[in-house]
Amino acid sequence: MPLLKLNHGTFSPAVEEPLEEVSLADWLDNPQAHAGATALVIANDEDLSVVRCDVHAFSVIILEFPRFGDGRAYTQARLLRERFGYEGEIRARGDVLRDQIFFMARCGIDGFETAHADAASANEALQEFSFAYQRAADSRGAVTDEPIWRRRLSRVKAA
Amino acid sequence: MYRYDEFDATMVAERATQFRGQVARRLSGELSEDEFKPLRLMNGLYLQLHAYMLRVAIPYGTFTSRQMRMLAHVARKYDKGYGHFTTRQNIQYNWPALVDVPDILDDLASVEMHAIQTSGNCIRNVTSDQYAGAAADEVEDPRPYAEMIRQWSTFHPEFSFLPRKFKIAVTASDNDRAATRVHDIGLRLYKNDAGETGFEVIVGGGLGRTPYIGHTIREFLPKEHLLSYLEAILRVYNTQGRRDNLYKARIKILVNTEGAERFGELVEAEWEAIKGGEIDLPAEEMARIDAYFAPPPFEALSVDSAALDQSRQDNDEFAQWLRVNTVPHKIPGYAIVNISLKPIGGIPGDISDEQMEAVADIAERYSFDEIRATHEQNLTLAHVKKDDLFAVWQALKAADLATANASLASDIIACPGLDYCNLANTRSIPIAQRISERMGDLEKQEDLGELKIKISGCINACGHHHVGHIGILGVDKKGEEFYQITLGGSAAEDASLGEIVGRGLSSGDVVDAVETLVGFYRDNRQDKERFLDTYRRLGAEPFKEALYAAA
Repeated sequence: MPLLKLNHGTFSPAVEEPLEEVSLADWLDNPQAHAGATALVIANDEDLSVVRCDVHAFSVIILEFPRFGDGRAYTQARLLRERFGYEGEIRARGDVLRDQIFFMARCGIDGFETAHADAASANEALQEFSFAYQRAADSRGAVTDEPIWRRRLSRVKAA
Repeated sequence: MYRYDEFDATMVAERATQFRGQVARRLSGELSEDEFKPLRLMNGLYLQLHAYMLRVAIPYGTFTSRQMRMLAHVARKYDKGYGHFTTRQNIQYNWPALVDVPDILDDLASVEMHAIQTSGNCIRNVTSDQYAGAAADEVEDPRPYAEMIRQWSTFHPEFSFLPRKFKIAVTASDNDRAATRVHDIGLRLYKNDAGETGFEVIVGGGLGRTPYIGHTIREFLPKEHLLSYLEAILRVYNTQGRRDNLYKARIKILVNTEGAERFGELVEAEWEAIKGGEIDLPAEEMARIDAYFAPPPFEALSVDSAALDQSRQDNDEFAQWLRVNTVPHKIPGYAIVNISLKPIGGIPGDISDEQMEAVADIAERYSFDEIRATHEQNLTLAHVKKDDLFAVWQALKAADLATANASLASDIIACPGLDYCNLANTRSIPIAQRISERMGDLEKQEDLGELKIKISGCINACGHHHVGHIGILGVDKKGEEFYQITLGGSAAEDASLGEIVGRGLSSGDVVDAVETLVGFYRDNRQDKERFLDTYRRLGAEPFKEALYAAA
């Protein structure tokens, strides 16, 4: 599956370095048996508000979108970024479509396994909106990083 | 009312451009209908029985004359000269061509309107009390909070692919005109004993095939925490709501499976974790939004109007309309005017382009340029001087908009049914029309008092039949349309779900049945009892007996 990576607000095609994947369930069951694992695969029915796991041990965390309409992994991505403070790559796998990429990026996802978009169309999708109303888990410096209400306040203060 | 700044305007314009691109990809064949479907459904565009249907958002039902004129323009230019107001305070167009939809959205964007989140499994258009800012019984105007919710929920990246659609309603009155107890989230703004304003948070109500009255999971939420608390509820729902069965995916199923107490604990735990973050708006931004809803420049008037008293004496028809379709205003010398979109024998909620223009003119001249759409598929002019009521009535009458039946038997909610909808089992509109004609005489209707008849053409309950004083549900039995009657429902502060009475009736018999039930009520009511009160006092049995003895 082609891989796109989002870096400083721009998508580019990436060549996949081989990963050793382990599922969260297997990892919690027996971490020693998977000591060499580099990527953690989290099923989208795992409740990350209760599961405790040292996610920082992995360079990539893979979240699953079995159908584009199944939006559980958006919450997982935000929890990983905002609650766990995870700074590695969060990769979307499954039914990853061009028109979902904007939402995924806003939730902190920065790796995309997709055949439905190339870097050009993904960049286009990301630039469709200049602002966002709400704080999410955008990467720092993204145009949507600062919510509209904050921009309004800074504009008032500047004036 | 709220006006867009450059940020709001940019978001709406960019959404229109984005959708134009999506339509172009569909028309070029780059997207299949299957791939296009979720995209159009994010933007209020449905494929119905005969054509596309476009649903345009009217956030919390408040809009201006200029916006109404644009709605008329859309009806004229792109549709068949009419629109249809819905139970979410929105308007639907039943006949747009796909190729025209991007132009419609551009036209709408030019007057700060759009179709964002009027469909799809996301947070839908937030609704509120149509009397907001005018009602004598409200603690404060609920619309600033509805506007905050509109902004917070617009393109929310985490909550755009929920298990199912999600509807929020806000009221600031003990008289619930926003049906908050039958919403995914209902919010009731009130003042607590300490004199602080905050929200009662009600979760898990809903209609559809499994109706529930909502549960209060928090008695008092300080108003500055509204958005973080909503985010916590939505997050619990997004992760825990069922996705394996379309019919069990609404939050009401989760709340009632977990139990309201347990669900509330999950929300509180999540809220604890996020409430210090940057979700709640700072006081300056809340004040900025609040300021848009400052009262219009009311004149200092006396409570009574001599001109009004004279016209009332001179004209019985006007006097009747005045009694039925106007409501006391919180400011002396003003009144709230209800415009019925339920002419006798008409299609509930339908309005022609010419009528839209007429309402726009009247609102501009007599009601501070502001119009409200109601969840009962009518319109409201919130701030009319009593001195002007006769002129307003004459202008409405000239536009065939002065039917004096607000909240009476012929003020019927009906879903579009099999005349338009591809989910429907039966027709709803012709049943509504025939009941309306049967109930026709307005004086008799006034004598009957408040009577809410609600009709759904299938179990999805878009016509809110569960909460009708008399509810009618259309079911298909071997290719024939049958109608099941429920009694005793209410969507107001005394919310209840109607009980099914007996077997289904044919489309011919159901109109007779309604007449029989109404007659039984009239013969058995005490004092000023409404139909609902008599039903609650006597119970279902005598009504059933009356119904099936007659049949």
